Amino acid sequence: MIRFEGVTKRYADASGTDGGAGSVAVDDLTLEAPTGKITVLVGPSGCGKTTTLRMVNRMITPTSGTISINGRDTASLDVAELRRGIGYVIQHAGLFPHRTVLDNVATVPRLLGTDKRTARSRAMELIERVGLDPAMAKRYPAQLSGGQQQRVGVARALAADPPVMLMDEPFSAVDPVVREQLQNEFLRLQSDLGKTILFVTHDIDEAVKLGDQVAVLRVGGVLAQLDSPAKLLADPVDDFVAGFVGRDRGYRALSFAAAPELSLTDEPTVRLGAGADEVRAIGTPWVLCVGDAGEPLGWVRAAAVESEVTRSVLHRGGTVASTTGSLRALLDAALSSPSGRGVVADADGRLVGTIRAAEVIPAIEARRDAASSGAAAPSGAGTGATTSAADRPAEEATAR
Amino acid sequence: MTWALDHIGDIMFRAGQHAWLAGLPLVLGLVIALPLGWLAARRPRLRAVLLTTTGLLYTIPSLALFILLPPLLGTKILDPVNVIVAMTVYTVALLTRTVADGLSSVDGSTRQAAIAMGYGSFARFRAVDLPLAVPVIAAGLRVAAVSNVSIVSVASLIGISQLGYFLTDGYARSFPTEVWVGIVACLLLALVFDLVIQVVSRFLTPWTRVVAA
Ligand SMILES: Nc1ncnc2c1ncn2[C@@H]1O[C@H](COP(=O)(O)OP(=O)(O)O)[C@@H](O)[C@H]1O
Ligand SMILES: [Mg+2]
Repeated sequence: MIRFEGVTKRYADASGTDGGAGSVAVDDLTLEAPTGKITVLVGPSGCGKTTTLRMVNRMITPTSGTISINGRDTASLDVAELRRGIGYVIQHAGLFPHRTVLDNVATVPRLLGTDKRTARSRAMELIERVGLDPAMAKRYPAQLSGGQQQRVGVARALAADPPVMLMDEPFSAVDPVVREQLQNEFLRLQSDLGKTILFVTHDIDEAVKLGDQVAVLRVGGVLAQLDSPAKLLADPVDDFVAGFVGRDRGYRALSFAAAPELSLTDEPTVRLGAGADEVRAIGTPWVLCVGDAGEPLGWVRAAAVESEVTRSVLHRGGTVASTTGSLRALLDAALSSPSGRGVVADADGRLVGTIRAAEVIPAIEARRDAASSGAAAPSGAGTGATTSAADRPAEEATAR
Repeated sequence: MTWALDHIGDIMFRAGQHAWLAGLPLVLGLVIALPLGWLAARRPRLRAVLLTTTGLLYTIPSLALFILLPPLLGTKILDPVNVIVAMTVYTVALLTRTVADGLSSVDGSTRQAAIAMGYGSFARFRAVDLPLAVPVIAAGLRVAAVSNVSIVSVASLIGISQLGYFLTDGYARSFPTEVWVGIVACLLLALVFDLVIQVVSRFLTPWTRVVAA
């Protein structure tokens, strides 16, 4: 557990005039990042996120207040020892250009006195663990894409198996597709490793996706709200937080609600190569096409099939919800389907049935009624309040 | 040409002396410039003072330095140590800035990462900043090498043996061939220095030649 107690950081005024109070970057912050969980610090640029993070490994010294890790005041520890026990990942990875990927990852174990061979074989394991091709190990950072460099940065931070990780906008500099991959793999990794993580981002969607709890900071370094992502979306404390959390809060909050068991409608299907007559015989304007394993491929407009169903006539705008997914994915599947019937698949990706938006809404309302009549504040999916971000309802609804 | 071949032994001998007088100061100068450059890179205020001072040293005319040093060092005017010391001064003058620039050219996020991994400031200098500064320092060394080879030839005016002798002797005897031989030999020597520095630098920096992703 990382604990901030009344931590303030004041920078001397740039003008250097005496007597000036200086600008406050972090203001009387009291916060706990629980062991084994991801705590996200989020807020607009300049609100003191980086400063907060760097005070933990003492790259910045607080003006007042204390920071402790598992009950030990960080100020009392040897600074090199403290830092080697904390993984640190930053925006542009900050890899050493003159070392191979393997030696970059082996850095901290080497600093801790591990012999070269042991450090390298551990580094190799980590390189694979973060999803990199082992062939990358011999390359230099300049030979990697931004996303790959970021993976190396994560592997390097994990190399000495530190209990605590500090991550400063680690995924902000990569394109959205890669970012989403990195986020998903980060959650998968964390569900195995259970590190105590302080994660900084300016992106509220990332915060809500990754955080077990989210701390919203406002400019001047004041903590505005600390809550679970679901609570943050459902119940922002003030206009600043509401504005920062953004639009579509009600819809986005459904990400944290696991899809309940709903009765699905059986959907007649065709395979690729089915003739026009077979498609029209079903009698609906839109017909669902599935692959050999029963996985949904996309909708076809019966009238548009000339001789047979080919991939090129498939409509690909619809998303597929999973029975193990969230209410949001379920509703989105219905809303994005050209037929109005949302496609639902099981955990293995095989079609189970379809559902209409009108059938999802009652489930949403039932959930809200249950939450407001229950003693507890509206939480995630029923018992989901204590689940970690890593084992949330699978949110990604694959576009088909 | 025949003159050169007839005197090849003498040319080679003086070239060796020239290489020693220009090369040893290059090494000594680098050894002194490294800590100075490190200080300059770490302390912005010291940087201004150090770089101005060392920069000014380079403006002292070499002949003046060759003549001024003996009383300062307690050496004889014909002692090659004077030349070694003078050339070291020039090398330090050229390299301190280069080293400081090289060390501070390390990417900010790389430096942050190194600090966060628990590198102390000296360990960081040795393991991160210095290796990354090699290309910049090597570029500075190449300039210093050429400058040293050319300045050393002036020392023949005070009678210290090296390739510059052919220039002064050829001029005194109105024998252009000898002057040309001296010039070409100096050029070749500078070229050899340049080559050696490049080879060593390439050996130390394999990462600079990889093809970017
Ligand atoms: N070294 C510094 N000297 C003076 N002010 C600083 C310094 N570092 C950061 N600040 C100021 O502190 C505030 C918080 O900065 P930072 O923690 O980097 O914000 P964030 O990471 O949230 O964008 C900003 O207003 C910034 O200008
Ligand atoms: Mg920042």
